[in-house]
Amino acid sequence: MPFIPHTEDDIREMLAAIGVAGIEQLFDEIPPGLKIEALANVPAALGEMEIQRLMRERAALDAGHLNFIGAGAYEHHIPAAVWEISTRGEFYSAYTPYQAEASQGTLQLIYEYQSMMAALTGLDVSNASLYDGASAMGEAALMAVRANRGSKSGRILVPATVNPVYRRVAESIAGNQGLSFETVPYCADSGTTLPAALRRWDDEDVTALVIQQPNFFGGYEDVAALTDWARAKGTLVIAVVNPTSLALLTPPGQWGEGGADIACGEGQPLGVPLSSGGPYFGFLACRSALVRQMPGRIVGRTVDLDGRDGFALTLQAREQHIRRSKATSNICTNQGLLVTAATIYMSLLGAEGLGRVAAACVRNTAELVGQLVSIEGVRRAFAGSFFHESVLQLDRPVGPLLQALAERGILGGYDLSNDYPELGYALLVCATETRTATDIETYFQALNDVLRQARVA
Amino acid sequence: MSNIPADLKYARTHEWLRMEADGTVTVGISDHAQDALGDLVFVETPEAGRSVKAGEACAVVESVKAASDVYSPIDGEVIEGNAALADQPELLNTDPYGAGWIMKIRPAGPESPALLDAKAYAATLED
Repeated sequence: MPFIPHTEDDIREMLAAIGVAGIEQLFDEIPPGLKIEALANVPAALGEMEIQRLMRERAALDAGHLNFIGAGAYEHHIPAAVWEISTRGEFYSAYTPYQAEASQGTLQLIYEYQSMMAALTGLDVSNASLYDGASAMGEAALMAVRANRGSKSGRILVPATVNPVYRRVAESIAGNQGLSFETVPYCADSGTTLPAALRRWDDEDVTALVIQQPNFFGGYEDVAALTDWARAKGTLVIAVVNPTSLALLTPPGQWGEGGADIACGEGQPLGVPLSSGGPYFGFLACRSALVRQMPGRIVGRTVDLDGRDGFALTLQAREQHIRRSKATSNICTNQGLLVTAATIYMSLLGAEGLGRVAAACVRNTAELVGQLVSIEGVRRAFAGSFFHESVLQLDRPVGPLLQALAERGILGGYDLSNDYPELGYALLVCATETRTATDIETYFQALNDVLRQARVA
Repeated sequence: MSNIPADLKYARTHEWLRMEADGTVTVGISDHAQDALGDLVFVETPEAGRSVKAGEACAVVESVKAASDVYSPIDGEVIEGNAALADQPELLNTDPYGAGWIMKIRPAGPESPALLDAKAYAATLED
């Protein structure tokens, strides 16, 4: 499809046709106080040669390490076919074209993606994706406030065991829109949210409760009890889930007696490389009763005049090109390319393959943690089982140890001391299916050496 | 020519009002409005107990081509939304002045002088 920019003449002609003097006038409704003249912190433009070099240098900084960091983004094996197919000309665009129905292949792919995500989450409907897991949680909170008409408070309960980045992003997106996020403390022994911790809100109006499973520490929340507490008082449940884990764990739609209302999360584990933190994509699914409050696009399956199967954008009346400032969000299909990769990834692995990946992650992380805690000065922070991450407590500050490990080519985990100072010298470690027994042994030896040297020093 | 019953009051934004014997006011959208929207697929009615101001958006009517706000024509408190519309939004198309009513409001204060009678409303449609 050719991209034809309009010329100065075209622009003048279009403005004249609608009787507007200049393009600026089209943005009149934005109060002047909100406009900035220039982007002061954006560096000067670089030419193609310079930018290629910069990107190569940056990419090299990421390469060659043995990675044991999770904390929201996970290094999984990506079958070669995923990006070979995704980057074919037929797929290689983030966008659904205008007059989307002309591009049936793109719509069918999104429809297949939605169907897979609905199946994984155990919910009725999935949208065509959002920006990333963190913004998906912010959108889910806004959606819950629109959908829960019995609640007036706009209060969203968010356990401290939810990814701290997600909590900050949700606050940025929704904090100025009449929502308030209140933190639910976790149990110091289990590293999970105890249902008893919710009691102080028993008699309060709560719009929604967020539950992350597995939680940020890698542990398992009692999702049934937390969900039942919320549903009994008319509070909506927002599940934040890891898609890989859903191959093994109870899907949000089946949590407790009634299930979660909304499920969201980060889609990166499904065939998207780490690539320094993005681009990734967010997913969002819900029960059908809430679909009109769901942000983003939805592709539906239909029949044409001759009765042949076809695909069409549906429920567009909620979207910004029709509903303007009252749209459910300004999200369209920006992450479509990542969704393409994820759909191909899921198709190649199937339910059984994804289950094998998840099981290998659990096994490897259990092995890793088992070895590391045999080192003097290393112990588990919390009791209980875990998925593919776990928190270790060390006997000295984590930062210098990670630095020493990095010098040995190992990314040793995520330092929790900034986000959770109460945990002391705490490190979140992860071993996906890509870590071999040798990799784990290498990490064990390196941490053992680094700690011993630190002790002598 | 759309149907504009003479016994109702109208807002310029195409809502109609019927003053009931019990002092409440029933509100819907006009035949002209339903015709302009086309086949309705969803109606979001306000919850009972909500206080509304004249001109405040308090319901949404969604057709296959657009979603539009319905504005309260008066100050007052919503006492009922039409629950039948949840399963049968098409009632708004088939019977806009009867079974397709949207909400009942208990008025607070005097009627707004901005409301139109049938003749004045018909005149706005001719512009």
